[in-house]
Amino acid sequence: MKADATLDCIGLYCPMPIYNTAKKLKELKPGQVLEVLADDEGIKADMPAWCRSTGNELLGIDEEKGQYKAYVRKAKKEV
Amino acid sequence: MPEKVTLVVFSGEMDKVLAAFNIAIGAASMGMEVSMFFTFWGLNIIKKNEGSIKNRGMMRKMLNLMNRGGSHRLPLSRFHMFGLGKWMMSKLMRDAKFPTVDELIATAKEAGVKFIACTNTMGVMGLSRDAFIPEVDGFGGVATYLAEAKEGRVNLFV
Repeated sequence: MKADATLDCIGLYCPMPIYNTAKKLKELKPGQVLEVLADDEGIKADMPAWCRSTGNELLGIDEEKGQYKAYVRKAKKEV
Repeated sequence: MPEKVTLVVFSGEMDKVLAAFNIAIGAASMGMEVSMFFTFWGLNIIKKNEGSIKNRGMMRKMLNLMNRGGSHRLPLSRFHMFGLGKWMMSKLMRDAKFPTVDELIATAKEAGVKFIACTNTMGVMGLSRDAFIPEVDGFGGVATYLAEAKEGRVNLFV
């Protein structure tokens, strides 16, 4: 998947991946896609929950050898 | 209007404090407005680490000697073992790159979490405002808490 920016959260535990995602997404324009790299399994549940709650769109989470890539599209409007 | 979250942080043990800060930072990341009310042993988290804590009266002086507080001095709620347990837990956390209490305080402030110290327990323990770190946004009592909590979607007591 093509992303406009990448955020490295490898080695970080909850709540830092979603905290950093929230912070990084502020720098992006609406409609742009952020790729979040993480190795904390919590992201599988947390990123969908965070997106549901904030109105941003989760495009998918890829898993490969204990590492995760989550793709978040920034919402058109700030929620 | 953003949804509100309040946490009463009553405990002053490192493990419980980490849980409280995790929830606060998580909620702030979800766009919620978060207030942390520090009371009783929870005041230890936001006491200054350096210098002495000024106090009136012998019993209060003794209490503050035994209960010095400060983010670097928080014990574990279990397996503290005169500091050995805490040292081991801190090492495990450091190795796992888990944030320290100080880092969590800084992150919470950066995320816009409000810190309120409870004036009631400050009075009992003889603590004045200068006993606390500058990150504290305000001082208040139960009405301050309840005014926030009644609008809160998530209200927790830790």
